[in-house]
Amino acid sequence: MSGMKLAIAAVAVLGLAACSNNRWDDAANSGAGAGAGAGLGAGALDPASPAYFQQTIGDRVLFAVDQSTLSPEAQGILQGQARWLTQNADYVVTIEGHADEQGTREYNLALGARRANAAREYLISQGVAGHRLKVVSYGKERPLEICSNEACYSKNRRAVTVLAGGLTG
Amino acid sequence: MRKFLAALLIGAAAAAGAGAAMAQDGPLRIEIDQGVIEPLPYAVPDFVPETPAAAEYAAQIARVIAADLSGTGLFREVPASAHISKVTGFDNPVKYADWKAVNAQALITGAVSVNGNQLTVRFRGHDVFAEKELGTGLQFNGTTDGWRRMAHKVADAVYSRITGESGYFDSRVVYVSESGPKNDRRKRLAVMDYDGANVQYLTNSASIVLAPRFSPTGDRVLYTSYESGFPQIHVLDVGQVQRKVLSSGDGTMSFAPRFAPDGRTIVYSQTQGGNTDLYTMDISTGAKTRLTSAPSIETAPSFSPDGSQIVFESDRSGSQQLYVMPAGGGEARRISFGEGRYGTPVWSPRGDMIAFTKQNKGRFHIGVMRTDGGEERLLTASFLDEGPTWAPNGRVIMFTRESQGSAGRALLYSVDITGRNLKPVKTPDGASDPAWSPLQN
Repeated sequence: MSGMKLAIAAVAVLGLAACSNNRWDDAANSGAGAGAGAGLGAGALDPASPAYFQQTIGDRVLFAVDQSTLSPEAQGILQGQARWLTQNADYVVTIEGHADEQGTREYNLALGARRANAAREYLISQGVAGHRLKVVSYGKERPLEICSNEACYSKNRRAVTVLAGGLTG
Repeated sequence: MRKFLAALLIGAAAAAGAGAAMAQDGPLRIEIDQGVIEPLPYAVPDFVPETPAAAEYAAQIARVIAADLSGTGLFREVPASAHISKVTGFDNPVKYADWKAVNAQALITGAVSVNGNQLTVRFRGHDVFAEKELGTGLQFNGTTDGWRRMAHKVADAVYSRITGESGYFDSRVVYVSESGPKNDRRKRLAVMDYDGANVQYLTNSASIVLAPRFSPTGDRVLYTSYESGFPQIHVLDVGQVQRKVLSSGDGTMSFAPRFAPDGRTIVYSQTQGGNTDLYTMDISTGAKTRLTSAPSIETAPSFSPDGSQIVFESDRSGSQQLYVMPAGGGEARRISFGEGRYGTPVWSPRGDMIAFTKQNKGRFHIGVMRTDGGEERLLTASFLDEGPTWAPNGRVIMFTRESQGSAGRALLYSVDITGRNLKPVKTPDGASDPAWSPLQN
């Protein structure tokens, strides 16, 4: 784990040198479910960096209530993820499925697994090797937003593609 | 942790046996099934200390008995301030007139003696208006650190004699203790007496733990832990706090485990390729049997007490509903047909009912229904109620209630299966996923 943190720190430094590189600008749908860029201009990121994956491409897709089907928008984000993963073949990922709090614990675990698996299947259909893609569900255990209304629920019903392993696998 | 506890009959009637005592049908009787009832007034004066060291226990034991009985909502204590008589000797004749005058229909008297770390508690129940003993006196022996258990045993005996049902006070609850804000919640397993006393933590909060379940004898606990990064089923020996991982890891998720009544088999959910089905596993051999094979979600399984059937939830119809199937798998029949979604079914220890969580129109309910789905009755309603567990006598249900919003917090509540006596269960921190133990020996 600590090896991975070092690797991320290193690419962040390299990112400064690569700021003018905009080859990845066609990863259009970025902003849509991605976490806020927190003041970091996307242009400042190395396109091969995990930060670029998270912020510019978008590391997550969102779902409707009690659904695990991928919206056209979600498919666009996953297409961007698939391209990135194909070009950065050293990364393995864990896709984390989540549910909002409106549901029983066990059902939400199963629902989160469905969502994560829907994202995984789509990435495979876009050419990412299945052995690089693990899935895990957190059900309603790890909400991102904590209000009890749809504004928060819609952000919590998500499948997040978490980069892991890097060169160390 | 291991305490020796023995019950002995007191007095000349001892030879008649407890069975005969319990079967007595005096005027003192609460029919639990009736609608609204007037709580039965009773008095439990401080027990008589018979050795100097017994003084501190004598009063506290009476207080725990009172908390147990009044806590059911079926009994109402006549407070000590109203008592006319003082009980100064366990074998002194009871002045029934004094207890009639304050309208105490039942009276519990007792004595406590301490010898080293050995504690002896004797008690008698009295039917005040019939002016006779309520069943046979009993004696419990144990260690001083088990004094609360002895008080619970007395209360169980009184409850049982007056209601005709077995008690549930000498029992424990395993649950998930929760701390921290909603988006950084820390969870660890805890076990406590049913009334919230004697909390003991069984895991640290380094990884998420969910939904602990007692074995049929209360010695082991199954639960789901993310220790490996994936939800997996663990079994823990409560006395030794030894743990063992039951399910194989490697990218498959296992969760929602429960023991079969034989204590050797578990039933649980396993997820592969995004699809969740039901399995059983022999704990000692690890041999698995797949019970369902459907693209729908099958989870939250619970055995009938005779081990012949399993109730579970499935969204095979398009929404979460309850189904019952043979314990070995096979044809399942749907039993929930009301409006809304049904989950987390749990078979009553008496075998006659199934408790569940119902979600309808943005509200959550705890409810009960007959095992064929008939006579559905909702007991609670709130923003988020879920995960019922049965008291050992099948008369009371404990569950998780989570409050709304960013400061939302989970706490334990209990409610009678009549829907009466809804109340919070005291825990030191947030709490969820309670599971009630069987009655202790």
